[in-house]
Amino acid sequence: MAKTKTKTKTKTTTSSSPDPPTSSSLFPWSSSSPSLATPTVLLISLFAFLVRVLVSLGPYSGEGTPPKYGDYEAQRHWMEIALHLPPSDWYRNSSANDLSYWGLDYPPLSAYQSRAHALLLNATIPESVALGASRGFESKPSKLLMRWTVLSSDLIVFFPAALYFVWVYRRVFVGGGVCDRDGGSVLWLLAMILLNPCLILIDHGHFQYNCISLGLTLGAIAAVLSQNELAASALFTLAINHKQMSLYFAPAFFSHLLGKCLKRRFPVIEVTKLGVVVLATFALVWWPYLHSLEAFIEVLSRLAPFERGIFEDYVANFWCSTSVFIKWKRLFSVQSLKLLSLFTTILGFLPSLVQQVKSPSNLGFLYSLLNSSFSFFLFSYQVHEKSILLPLLPASLLGLQEPQLYGWFVYYALFSMYPLLRRDRLILQYIAVLALFGLIFHSPDRSRGTKTSRFYTRKELLALPLFFSIILHFVYVITQPPEKYPFLFEAMIMFLCFSQFVSLVMYTNIRQWTLSESFSLSMRAKKHI
Amino acid sequence: MGGEALWMWGAATCVKLLLVPSYRSTDFEVHRHWLALTSSLPVSRWYVDASSPWTLDYPPLFALFELLLALPASLLDPAIVRLRHGRDYSAPSAVLFLRLSAAAADLLLLLAASRLSSSSSSSPRRGAPTLTLALVLWSPALLLVDHIHFQYNGYLLGILLLSLAFLEEGSDLAGGVAFAVLICSKHLFLVAAPVYFVYLLRHYCAGGFGKAVGRFFIMGSAVGAVFAAAFGPFVYYGQMRQVFSRLFPFGRGLCHAYWAPNFWVFYIVLDKLLAFLLAKLGFNIQTPKASFTGGLVGDSTPFAVLPQVTPVTTFLLVLLAMSPCLVKAFLKPQPKNIIRWVTYACTCGFMFGWHVHEKASLHITIPLGVIAMNSSDDASHFFLVSIVSCYSMFPLLFEAQEYPIKVLLLLIYSILMWVGFSSDFSLGTVVDQTKEKGSSGGSTKNGLIGWTGKSYLFGLVAVELYGQLFHPYIFGSKLPFLPLMLVSFYCAIGMMYSWAWQLLQIVKFT
Repeated sequence: MAKTKTKTKTKTTTSSSPDPPTSSSLFPWSSSSPSLATPTVLLISLFAFLVRVLVSLGPYSGEGTPPKYGDYEAQRHWMEIALHLPPSDWYRNSSANDLSYWGLDYPPLSAYQSRAHALLLNATIPESVALGASRGFESKPSKLLMRWTVLSSDLIVFFPAALYFVWVYRRVFVGGGVCDRDGGSVLWLLAMILLNPCLILIDHGHFQYNCISLGLTLGAIAAVLSQNELAASALFTLAINHKQMSLYFAPAFFSHLLGKCLKRRFPVIEVTKLGVVVLATFALVWWPYLHSLEAFIEVLSRLAPFERGIFEDYVANFWCSTSVFIKWKRLFSVQSLKLLSLFTTILGFLPSLVQQVKSPSNLGFLYSLLNSSFSFFLFSYQVHEKSILLPLLPASLLGLQEPQLYGWFVYYALFSMYPLLRRDRLILQYIAVLALFGLIFHSPDRSRGTKTSRFYTRKELLALPLFFSIILHFVYVITQPPEKYPFLFEAMIMFLCFSQFVSLVMYTNIRQWTLSESFSLSMRAKKHI
Repeated sequence: MGGEALWMWGAATCVKLLLVPSYRSTDFEVHRHWLALTSSLPVSRWYVDASSPWTLDYPPLFALFELLLALPASLLDPAIVRLRHGRDYSAPSAVLFLRLSAAAADLLLLLAASRLSSSSSSSPRRGAPTLTLALVLWSPALLLVDHIHFQYNGYLLGILLLSLAFLEEGSDLAGGVAFAVLICSKHLFLVAAPVYFVYLLRHYCAGGFGKAVGRFFIMGSAVGAVFAAAFGPFVYYGQMRQVFSRLFPFGRGLCHAYWAPNFWVFYIVLDKLLAFLLAKLGFNIQTPKASFTGGLVGDSTPFAVLPQVTPVTTFLLVLLAMSPCLVKAFLKPQPKNIIRWVTYACTCGFMFGWHVHEKASLHITIPLGVIAMNSSDDASHFFLVSIVSCYSMFPLLFEAQEYPIKVLLLLIYSILMWVGFSSDFSLGTVVDQTKEKGSSGGSTKNGLIGWTGKSYLFGLVAVELYGQLFHPYIFGSKLPFLPLMLVSFYCAIGMMYSWAWQLLQIVKFT
């Protein structure tokens, strides 16, 4: 740690000397301007938005494939249901609402969002959300409009959250030995958060609204960092109520906020305040279902689809990867699998939870978010490959602390979704967005060696899996798998990604524990000043 | 070639890849047809064949380029190059191949631009080669025309820039040959030929009489060889008349269906105004039948009041407008000014030429981008003209899907220029040190473009808002051409300013 500290110190002294104006022009992160320059922030945001618009030109999941179509049809169907039926019927099987056909399985906030978007669609192309008759509705204008519902959600929720985070990040971490004094590297971080290829491809290619729940979570994280704990609780509760998967982050939020409260004068009052905000937000969102226990249970049971099995497709988590050797689904009943996964998940996030309760710190909180969401991804029940987006969010926030880790993670996270994106015929977009990310990641003017991560210092360890993954990219598209093992390549991709994920999460857990002492010390020192 | 140049080209290529599924105009089928035409018919039939309405109307070297492209195309999917059965073939393979070929052809632009931005032998300018490269490689107009609308301007402009780079470096022979190749690929660049001729005559064929004649002979034979290679086969087949009738279809009217923002817009509008006023005053004005908005109009251009315009008139007008620049090139043929002169020649062709397409303003903005970093005045001028030229191409892409793309591309480019120019010339409000450096900046008071420029650009926004929101609200679907005419007219003001500004620069400083 002492070593890195001196390094950053020399860095700041060199960068404070005036640069020749010629080199500072194009790449915002190389600029020595002391403030977050508005035009460059705008430039980055607009470019990130342009990339989203361009990806949205491509096909969506299940385009032109009756009878079940894909996620696009699911979202459209929810709009149809949310528009024409009263909230009490949204989660209930009825003649108008066949739950076996893309039944709503997200919390009420998702349904409200569907209703809001349905109003928009109904005003322009009513036949695209007509009750019953619109099943499988596809047309060019309605695709455009549906795409714009995602694009606008991204612009309204995720972009402001990212800007808020970067603004807070700069205030909190500047001078703390983690970040340069100039705003340049923070702009790079903004680009890294906004240009995450996985999120772009899933939301604007495949078609989902992860930008809303992740944006709300990001806002909550920023609020935690800026000591706005009440706002953070409200935002995070909203995130959970948009997609229950946001619960992956719950241990981190819980432990960090609890740890902080315990350090204060009246811990019980502090905790109660947060609890009230959380409960009030929940009550507000769940209002239509609170009049009877039956209605409440009805919704809740839709949100936990245990009947769908412990994993889906070929997801690079623990259960799916090890099921090649141990047939979990055959050996155990659903009930015992539920318990087993619950137990392993808790075991997975426990170290990071304990650490944050013991000594909460801003940086530790970011690592803890990564560790707890990763534990859910690896061990929890009913995970699909898109859930990798959740651990990716805190990894992107750690972009300046762990640049190599983030780049590495993005690559394998995207690779783990390669079969899915191929089914969606989004290979071209996959290549383009990944290449673009790589280019921005390695942009020429970015000061080299800002902070050498301890993650994978030995390059040769990286080369072999990288080589395999590149080969697999080609093999998967070009050749047919042997008839005996039709999912051979999917399994290989899954194994490769799983191995990378496991080594990654082990590293970040150790990191969270090792950084704690020195960092919390510096935090305390700061407080005294 | 530097890593930065490759980096920028890579980023642009990613955007181009993402543009593959976007809207494409009939020009896509034109180029697909030419692939089929050149690969399945013998050379003697290239300019005779009329199996499709999209007859070959580019010079032979471009046809050769299509023939070269047809080879990999036929390997990928033979249906792309089928002459009759391939008609309107737009399978994913065909779209992907043609789009990728356009993106790959831009490598020539990368080569030329990186050569130009790094070669500072003749002048101490281009302090920011990175920004210069970005201005050329990330041109939004080029993306709109080549990678959405679909054309191959990128590599043609690459040849032009390469030729200019040769001239700047002093290799006149190579520059002349490159320009000959360019003309034999797209004859629209003929408009720069007078400048080239005068410059090469005075710069290359200089020295004593014997040396001058010798060099003239060398240049003549080198350029002649290119032309002979390109047009020789057609001379042999006795088809030159046919080739020329294809290359110069003067049967088309003075203006394209959508008016390019040039001098003739004012002429037409004035004519309409006069006709209207005189008719009000009781004169008997016969309104011509063919309207300007109808697309292909006949031989005679229908003016009600003002004198008719013929191709010869426009030709003479272009030469007249160009003459100050020719005089300058004759008197002081310096390599450092060649880009400015050639750009000006292209501007003259654009402003006063016959049947000019709005896309031709690319021939102005791309070379201008190279010299935009010469001075703060150049930067301000480029800022304005590149925005106007790109905006004037907006009507090319009329579908809702591409609307946000073209707006975002132009916005991003404008902000990039704003940030880059401001920090480089320390003009704007972006850099905090402006206060210290302000006194040396000169035009710091008004920022990059001054209040006239700013209000003009805000007017552009107003024009766009009118066309998108208020016009449909007021007139519904009536008068669909009014917003387009407004765009042409408004952009023509900016282009006219650019022309006058360039002329002034040339008269004053070269």
